[in-house]
Amino acid sequence: MSQDHLNPEAPIDLSAILRDLDQYRPRRRGWTWRKPAPGLKMGPFTYRDCTEPLQASVPLPPAHYFGGIDPQPAPVITTEIASGRFEDDIRRMRMAAWHGADHIMVIRTAGQSHFDGLIEGTPQGMGGVPITRKQVRAQRKALDMIEDEVGRPINYHSYVSGVAGPDIAVMFAEEGVNGCHQDPQYNVIYRNINMARSFVDACESKKLIAWSGMAQIDGAHNANATARDAWKVMPELMVQHAINSLFSAKVGIPKENICLSTVPPTATPAPCVFMDLPYAVALRDLFAGYRMRAQMNTKYIEASTREATVTHVLNMLISKLTSADIQSTITPDEGRNVPWHIYNLEACDTAKQTLVGLDGLMEMVQLKDQGPLREHARELKERAVLFMEEMLELGGYFAAVEAGFFVDSGNYPERNGDGIVRRLDGGIGAGTIVLREPDYLAPVTAHYGYNNLEQYGTDDPASLIGGCTLEAPEKIVYIDELDETDNVNLRMAEVAEFTQPGAGKLRPEMEWLADGTVLVTLFFPTGRKVAEAAALEFGRRMNLTDVEVINREVGHPVEGTRIEIKGKVPFSVDIDSLVIPEDPVVLDDDALRAAIEEKPMRVVCGTVGQDEHSVGLREIIDIKHGGIEKYGIEVHYLGTSVPPEKLVNAAIEMNADALLASTVISHDDTHYKNISRIHQIATEMGVRDRLIFVAGGTQVAPDLARQAGADEGFGRGTHGNHVATFLVQRRQELAG
Amino acid sequence: MKRTDDFQARRGHLAGLSDQQLHERFWRLADQLVDPLLKMGREYTSPAIERSVLLRMGFSSLEARQLVEGCTDQQLLAHGAGHVVYRFAKAQGLDIRQAGLKLATGEHWAQARELFTGGAAR
Repeated sequence: MSQDHLNPEAPIDLSAILRDLDQYRPRRRGWTWRKPAPGLKMGPFTYRDCTEPLQASVPLPPAHYFGGIDPQPAPVITTEIASGRFEDDIRRMRMAAWHGADHIMVIRTAGQSHFDGLIEGTPQGMGGVPITRKQVRAQRKALDMIEDEVGRPINYHSYVSGVAGPDIAVMFAEEGVNGCHQDPQYNVIYRNINMARSFVDACESKKLIAWSGMAQIDGAHNANATARDAWKVMPELMVQHAINSLFSAKVGIPKENICLSTVPPTATPAPCVFMDLPYAVALRDLFAGYRMRAQMNTKYIEASTREATVTHVLNMLISKLTSADIQSTITPDEGRNVPWHIYNLEACDTAKQTLVGLDGLMEMVQLKDQGPLREHARELKERAVLFMEEMLELGGYFAAVEAGFFVDSGNYPERNGDGIVRRLDGGIGAGTIVLREPDYLAPVTAHYGYNNLEQYGTDDPASLIGGCTLEAPEKIVYIDELDETDNVNLRMAEVAEFTQPGAGKLRPEMEWLADGTVLVTLFFPTGRKVAEAAALEFGRRMNLTDVEVINREVGHPVEGTRIEIKGKVPFSVDIDSLVIPEDPVVLDDDALRAAIEEKPMRVVCGTVGQDEHSVGLREIIDIKHGGIEKYGIEVHYLGTSVPPEKLVNAAIEMNADALLASTVISHDDTHYKNISRIHQIATEMGVRDRLIFVAGGTQVAPDLARQAGADEGFGRGTHGNHVATFLVQRRQELAG
Repeated sequence: MKRTDDFQARRGHLAGLSDQQLHERFWRLADQLVDPLLKMGREYTSPAIERSVLLRMGFSSLEARQLVEGCTDQQLLAHGAGHVVYRFAKAQGLDIRQAGLKLATGEHWAQARELFTGGAAR
């Protein structure tokens, strides 16, 4: 079957994605922003800053209270996905798109920066994915279908850096990649690639980025992640942004496609918003017209996913108080492993939740025009100007790098002497650039710099060869696989019995199909060291393999420690062997009304025990919530904290057909004890046989409620029609 | 190099600038920093740039690498690897792809080199 669209109820067929890839052509080029929808009405609310909604998505968990709405905030939301196996990442991309991501960034495998040329085929990666034409094509093809499914364009993104930047830029332009990182300073400082080579190559790369309409993100945020005291490199960050932004604009990338990758540099327990906000304001002042890609802080991320999430929410407060065109998300597990599926989705939800929650904020608050905010912002700008003045005094960019100007942990003009030093004649690729001869020619489109077209009497270089691949994509030479021992076909064959559609077996996974990885949280009433040893032992006795402690949080030095372990389950289950409960039959509204009209029904209900919760039960009974009253059932509501005896007595006095008990408190099994108690009293009073007894509550499991003595139990997600259907059917059963 | 924070001493000439003037100064300095880098980009080429030209001319990444290595060995890269293939194709009466594959066999570099003994005026 050739798959060209997705069925929301069916898994994506990776084999179909991989089929006929040599024939695939991207259907568009360039970046897409979200479409603003000011005054958007969804459910009972009006939104001020949101964008056009999706046609298919997974809303935030409480959305069912508001009619299942899923408002989408203004910034493009990024998620970074690269587990090492691009085929498994495609499934994660689909889930992320349903959770609101429309910018999928693929991290490259370790070492690709130093690979002199394109990597081909589909080898497995480490800490990322080898970016190849086949991998890009497969993922772009899958994203074409996924964006149709969710109803919003998805931007696909990876890196144009390393010693093969121009090669990759051509491939991205040909394959419809929509965004990329490109910043020669990143090559120089973090990849030790020769400075001259990096900037010469960057000109060509940026020309191609401009031609294809890609959005470009710079690499300045890495200084923040590298410097010892991240909050002191703010002046330098502005200089790095300026160099790459202006360099890019002068090569021809429109300013609106040049994005500054900016991170709030500090994290709690520092007073981070106070420190980071002036920086964010200064940057947006200086770089008006450019785009802001708000990255999140990774410098101080630890293994607690809760702590990371709070940092990221604070980062987004800065985004909201200033601006963000692209809101990055960092997975909260970044501090403990290569991100897992669940954390990509959590990070997308965190961004959506925060930004939707802050919708309209700036209509109510304003940043002060005076005071520490503006004073600090001004100081940062002056420090950045001084930084550039000294760079020029030294002789320019190269001289400054040779003098260790960058990633020095001093607050410039303070210098700590710990900057990264690179030499103009050093690094990978040193001595490889060549001065162009007077007759130099490149007969292709989107080429930067001197190109002697006059000698052939043309002003269109590609016309010399009848069009290059950018005009004539049929000229692209597609390579499928080069390594017979390391490719997607072999990997997929190994997990064939787990592969959808048609999987026979199931095993839990965190990043790769059937990887067997599970996460277990344990608490021990001991100090950290004993707890860690105990956790490993418990993991092994749970039959996990490869058990590893990935997080520990002290409750008290000796009273208790929280531990999270990961491990692998070495077995799988046959899907056919699973007992899957049937969905309850729900009678339609007309049938329910008819049954009650034919034979009226009276019900007594209340929240039992020492419990003041009333919302859940009222939703089940009230006519305005679609409760059982709407079918004509006569309901007598006794209120909250009703003793079980009173409930049963009332049912007897009113000659009720049924008794509904809501029991919410679950501590120490209180809810099941309440159910047992009601069952016991009704039995002792001789009415249990003729009374229908239904119990409900958020923590009530139907089977355990029945074991405790109820005729049926209803948990979270129950609606009036479920309960009414049961009451009508049960009455029929009792009547024989 | 180590230096204490002498910001207050250094900022004298900036203190009197308006925000607008400070911004203009910031971008003027940025201009001065990037212009020499752009000039270098216009005048130089690299193996990666030449591979990227050959990719656009319809060669695979493997073929492009072979051709750029050949051009480097023959000291022809400064003329443009795509240019070498283009002139060779013209001279041999071949299409671009056939010409490139023929050069990639490694047996025809002498002929290619002869095509670039003069060169056009810049």
